[in-house]
Amino acid sequence: MARRVALTGSVAIVLIAAVLFYLLDFLFTAPPAISAVISGGEAHLTLQTVPSYGHAPDPDWVSYLAKDQDGHWVHTTIYKVPAHTLVTVTVYQYDTATGLRNPFLGQVRGTVGGVATYNGKVLSVLDPNDASHTFTVPDLGISVALPGVNNNAPNQCSAAPCPLSEAHTTITFSFMSPGPGTYRWQCFVPCAAGFYLGNGGPMQTLGWMDGEIEVT
Amino acid sequence: MSAVAHDAGGPGEPRHGVRIATIWAVATAVCVPLMIWVVGPHIPPYNGSLQTKEQHDVNVTLASLAVPILLMIWVYFGYSIAVFRQRGTVIVDGPPDTGEPRIQVLWVAVTSVLVLGLAIYGTIGLLGASKGAGGGQGPNPLVKPENANKILQVQVIGQQWLWTYRFPQYGGVETPNLELPVNEWVAFNVTSLDVIHSFWAYELGVKADAVPGSNNIAYAKPLRLESFQVRCAELCGIWHGHMNMVGQVVTKAQFASWIASQDRKYAGVTKYLPPYAPYYYPVPLRRG
Repeated sequence: MARRVALTGSVAIVLIAAVLFYLLDFLFTAPPAISAVISGGEAHLTLQTVPSYGHAPDPDWVSYLAKDQDGHWVHTTIYKVPAHTLVTVTVYQYDTATGLRNPFLGQVRGTVGGVATYNGKVLSVLDPNDASHTFTVPDLGISVALPGVNNNAPNQCSAAPCPLSEAHTTITFSFMSPGPGTYRWQCFVPCAAGFYLGNGGPMQTLGWMDGEIEVT
Repeated sequence: MSAVAHDAGGPGEPRHGVRIATIWAVATAVCVPLMIWVVGPHIPPYNGSLQTKEQHDVNVTLASLAVPILLMIWVYFGYSIAVFRQRGTVIVDGPPDTGEPRIQVLWVAVTSVLVLGLAIYGTIGLLGASKGAGGGQGPNPLVKPENANKILQVQVIGQQWLWTYRFPQYGGVETPNLELPVNEWVAFNVTSLDVIHSFWAYELGVKADAVPGSNNIAYAKPLRLESFQVRCAELCGIWHGHMNMVGQVVTKAQFASWIASQDRKYAGVTKYLPPYAPYYYPVPLRRG
């Protein structure tokens, strides 16, 4: 009887420990935060989107990366920017177009002038079919669709970080950061290959196609 | 045997039933008005729309009906603990229950009347002036406001993780913002582009599931110039808890001005939108 109780107790403890470990790991594991580069009173974020990360744990997942203060690419989607500051974002986009599920998100919103610069061309709306990803901060009303590279473009990137010598589009836009707080951002293109409606995996995971902007 | 057991029903025994009924009647006479006039006004969801007004009235009615029932239980328990408790150190059984058909019949009759009465009351509420009490009625609503096709139509589009709104009577413009005219009926045509969401406009008393491939219609008539919260009430993924926004009930003139400004602001993208439809099976789904 005592042996049975001890065995049952041991199994229960192991199970409870496993559940606690999972919960704590989920709650306290987060991608690193990258601070925007400050120059001339403005903040600058440099990002890239890649069609497949190319490394463990999920080499075939689509992802964002960010450049740190030293110019190194870091696999993260947590950005720190100062409050009430002009933030200029440059995105090097290496993925091909998937298209928007909701064409409305082709509209550039919340940026300075309501526009973004696409390969040097200033636009307020991107053809929804040309979108590969979006950079959207719903709570700040910011949304910029990112055009994909041509399907037949030579020299396409297959693993992060992608160099500028490989096929990409360049998008720049600016916005005024709000007061201190944490604001979620996400991609609105269903770009998670192999997942239901393209919205699983990297679309549901911090550090890939979802992130946070920490305004300090 | 204890004194209580010996005296149960005896000539010297107080009339416990009368005592309990008296205490209960006094407590009910005090507490029900308190529930109606003191607590009642603070029971949500208040009076932001015709629908919330009705929901509020139902909540106050149910709470007021529950008070006598709760008091009956509390008074009976309290009285039993005070009067029928075991005294002394010797533990003995009380008198056996023998059953009382009259009480059993009365209990079944009273609870049946209460439940059936509430069912009728609720059905009248659903089919009455609030036209569905703010709930989604599916694509073919059972009850509609007069001239339901002419009232303001708002298509609510849920997507992971954002609400957008289309106005078919205003060129099909789509916007992430929501303003509504006061004292005007609104038909919310709720749908989704991906998984199931639930459109919950709290202060308007509207809650309707957003189901892909389906048009779930709910009606509301805002009564006050105020802001209202919109939330998603169906667990839908990583940012479900952030699928919130704040809408605004405005005057008719302000609404006309606002919708015109949205039309101008989003004219560039409106040309890319599909023709208005009750729901959409959007392409592309290549990745998916």
